[in-house]
Amino acid sequence: MQPIDLVFRFGGESGEGVISCGEIFAQAAARAGREIYTVRTFPAEIRGGHAVYQVRVGDDLLLSQGDRVDVLVAFNGEGYEKGLPDLRPGGILVCDGDQVTPDPSFDGTAYPIPFTTLARDQVGSLRAKNMVVLGAVAELFDLPREVLFSLVAQRFARKGEEAQEANRRALEAGAAYVRDHVTKQDPYRIGTGPHTGRVVLSGNEAVALGALAAGLTFFAGYPITPASDIMENLVRWLPQVGGRLVQAEDEIAALAMVLGASFGGARAMTATSGPGLSLMVELLGLASAAELPAVVVDVQRAGPSTGMPTKEEQGDLNLAVWGAHGEGPRIVLGATSVADAFQTTVQAFDLAERYQCPVIVLSDQFLGFRKASVAPPPVDEIRPSYRILARRNGAYRRFQLTESGISPAAVPGMVGLQHVITGLEHDEFGRPAYDPARRTQMMAKRARKMALAAQEPGMTRRWGHPEPVLGVLGWGSQEGVIREAVARANREGYRVAALHTRMLWPLPHGEIRAFLRQVKAVLVPEVNFSGQFANLLRTQFTIEPHRLTKSDGLPFRPVDIYEKIKEVYPDGR
Amino acid sequence: MAASLVPKIYRSANKPTWCPGCGDYGVLEATTRALATLQVEPHRVAVVSGIGCSSRFPIFLNAYGFHSVHGRVLPIATGLKVANPELTVLAVGGDGDGLAIGAGHFPHAARRNPDITYIMMDNSIYGLTKGQISPTSRLQQRSSTTPWGNVDRPLNPVAMAVAAGASFVARGVSWAVAELADLIRQGIEHRGFAFIHAVSPCPTFNNTLAQIKPRVAPLPQGYDPTDPVRAFELALHTEALHTGVLYREPETIPYEERLAALEPPTVQDRQTFLQSLIDAYR
Ligand SMILES: Cc1ncc(C[n+]2csc(CCOP(=O)(O)OP(=O)(O)O)c2C)c(N)n1
Ligand code: SF4
Repeated sequence: MQPIDLVFRFGGESGEGVISCGEIFAQAAARAGREIYTVRTFPAEIRGGHAVYQVRVGDDLLLSQGDRVDVLVAFNGEGYEKGLPDLRPGGILVCDGDQVTPDPSFDGTAYPIPFTTLARDQVGSLRAKNMVVLGAVAELFDLPREVLFSLVAQRFARKGEEAQEANRRALEAGAAYVRDHVTKQDPYRIGTGPHTGRVVLSGNEAVALGALAAGLTFFAGYPITPASDIMENLVRWLPQVGGRLVQAEDEIAALAMVLGASFGGARAMTATSGPGLSLMVELLGLASAAELPAVVVDVQRAGPSTGMPTKEEQGDLNLAVWGAHGEGPRIVLGATSVADAFQTTVQAFDLAERYQCPVIVLSDQFLGFRKASVAPPPVDEIRPSYRILARRNGAYRRFQLTESGISPAAVPGMVGLQHVITGLEHDEFGRPAYDPARRTQMMAKRARKMALAAQEPGMTRRWGHPEPVLGVLGWGSQEGVIREAVARANREGYRVAALHTRMLWPLPHGEIRAFLRQVKAVLVPEVNFSGQFANLLRTQFTIEPHRLTKSDGLPFRPVDIYEKIKEVYPDGR
Repeated sequence: MAASLVPKIYRSANKPTWCPGCGDYGVLEATTRALATLQVEPHRVAVVSGIGCSSRFPIFLNAYGFHSVHGRVLPIATGLKVANPELTVLAVGGDGDGLAIGAGHFPHAARRNPDITYIMMDNSIYGLTKGQISPTSRLQQRSSTTPWGNVDRPLNPVAMAVAAGASFVARGVSWAVAELADLIRQGIEHRGFAFIHAVSPCPTFNNTLAQIKPRVAPLPQGYDPTDPVRAFELALHTEALHTGVLYREPETIPYEERLAALEPPTVQDRQTFLQSLIDAYR
């Protein structure tokens, strides 16, 4: 068994089954005991356009999609042309020999295979082409045959015997062609690896499972790319544990329903993307003022406006942190990886209930759609808190002024604790009250909750050199790629460390300040135009970080960050 | 029968802040009477409102109250009812709240049919913001935003409710408290979305009482409230303002019950179910 680290890219026309081919390939590799990490990009159109599915297969914990493609699998001419610039020198090309003739200058190993002909003549359907490709690639790179065939059979179990038979024929046609007509000229094999028992999840699946694990009982949402599949999964799951899901008429209604349900005692949540979060802003303020727990997941996509709905961006940090009139308590968390998306969602419910305020979870297109092999989340260890409840005791003060700022809540139905909650400024009983003294007290009470939340433990992760001169401060889905870049810089002798912030508001001041004290310079890489996190850090810590930003719709590659580390590295390595 | 819960019990210590003569006093009184008739305990009642003079309503009641933001009363009440179906849920607000900023939610609440009672206090003006036209203001009405008269045609709340599929539609007027109380009671008893159009004049900015009073008419003899076409016809006939139950769907299944019926026969223990889901991703 040899350790491997290989990046496969499948590219072709959207609608040709490129994505499902890549997905099955990735899952089969995971079942064979390899770690996997996938990236999926597709055009906004439902049909047509160029679709790409990239799978990194390896043995170490995979942190990013990698820098270069080792194996390009081109379904058509476009897949070849668009993929070639990312193929490493001397890389491997597997292409549809019916449609692609590699350029004479191509310096790698080419395996042209007549996928179209095989699908048409041996399976009898051009739609089977992706399965022919899958069979051929599996054979070529020694992906265990039983694993692949049983996975395909399982995935299409509901399609009937005829379709199953067609799939087997297609896989076999690809595999047989490779056995009979292709001479292997490269050393790469997937084989079997040590990492068995993994689950393969996308970020969105991890969020939905995390919500369920945290005790979600009510969800309302409005469909939007790239968040819809959170709702589509939960609508199948929630009723099976007695929960409820409503497809609302818009995002305002979705959050309104969530707040109504939360008032009624439910653990409630919605999931959306930037355009929806924009619509929810007024109600987020209501949740802050009326002190209602609520979880809002924003799977960010490229803005502004409708922007690029299927492309990556970390562009909603400003909106999540600052998007409000007036000032009220809210917590913003950033999910950092597939495994973390599960944990962060669980934690969001816990924090929402404990601090009785809205919690926004920022994920993004890249994280939401990519799949990774992760250790199965431990479901029996999850004990999220519930809001502290009042006891019947004289006149009930829903917004009692306490040291922590947290007041015991009451849920409708509890005897003798009737009260009104309101978005108007109010006194301890919830009655509208605008006098300066009480207003000041209430603002301070709500602010105390955030001062406390800022001390929540474990809201940063740190790695890299113990005595760094350069600090890389990141957030959200770019954790893995930053980690990989920092590890490479460390290997080359740079004293670099990274601090990844999981809670983006309120910021974990103590941990960030301690880190900043150690370093001479700071680099903030993020996938947005202006450097929103860098700006936030600048306002909170009066530092002037180096920025690495991009807004081209794609995540970073490790090399992008590595090069920037070299560029801004202070003298005296 | 000696009723133990009298209307006064449903009033909080907070004195209403409405202007003298505001129609909303009558609606408040009618609501407490309806609740007393039904003998529903205050802690089992939740009243949700939007923003406006009329939306101050829950503050004056002894019940669980949620005075929210402008226009969102219906989705909030829907979420509350679905999450906590044991509660008697009332939604209240003005015509601006429900038909301008919140109009997008009205047909959806009606078609979903949660068991909530929605009382719209219609004064055909924006009271709280001091006298701008509302979506039910008549043509030519003068106001601070229509100095030369209103050119937007008014909406017809009752016709809209019938058209959207509300399963109970009634109209009352704020000065006929006993009749209004009875309509609200019927609305609460109705299993499904009950819309109550409560004409409630604003003497301060749009004193229409004298104009409206002569137009108020009872339902025609032998009126059949289960015929939506007839209800729609009557609603469109705006010279007369008919009060009473204009439409009632005899058999309806409330939204929260339809959702509950989606449960597969065996609701599973959450941890076992979660584990099986996770295993399916292997
Ligand atoms: C988003 C938003 N826009 C505007 C307002 C200002 N505003 C408060 S109440 C109101 C209209 C009130 O009219 P209506 O709902 O008919 O209630 P009434 O006061 O007449 O009872 C407006 C425009 C607001 N509170 N929120
Ligand atoms: S302004 Fe009009 S609606 Fe508002 S309280 Fe006064 S009378 Fe009633």
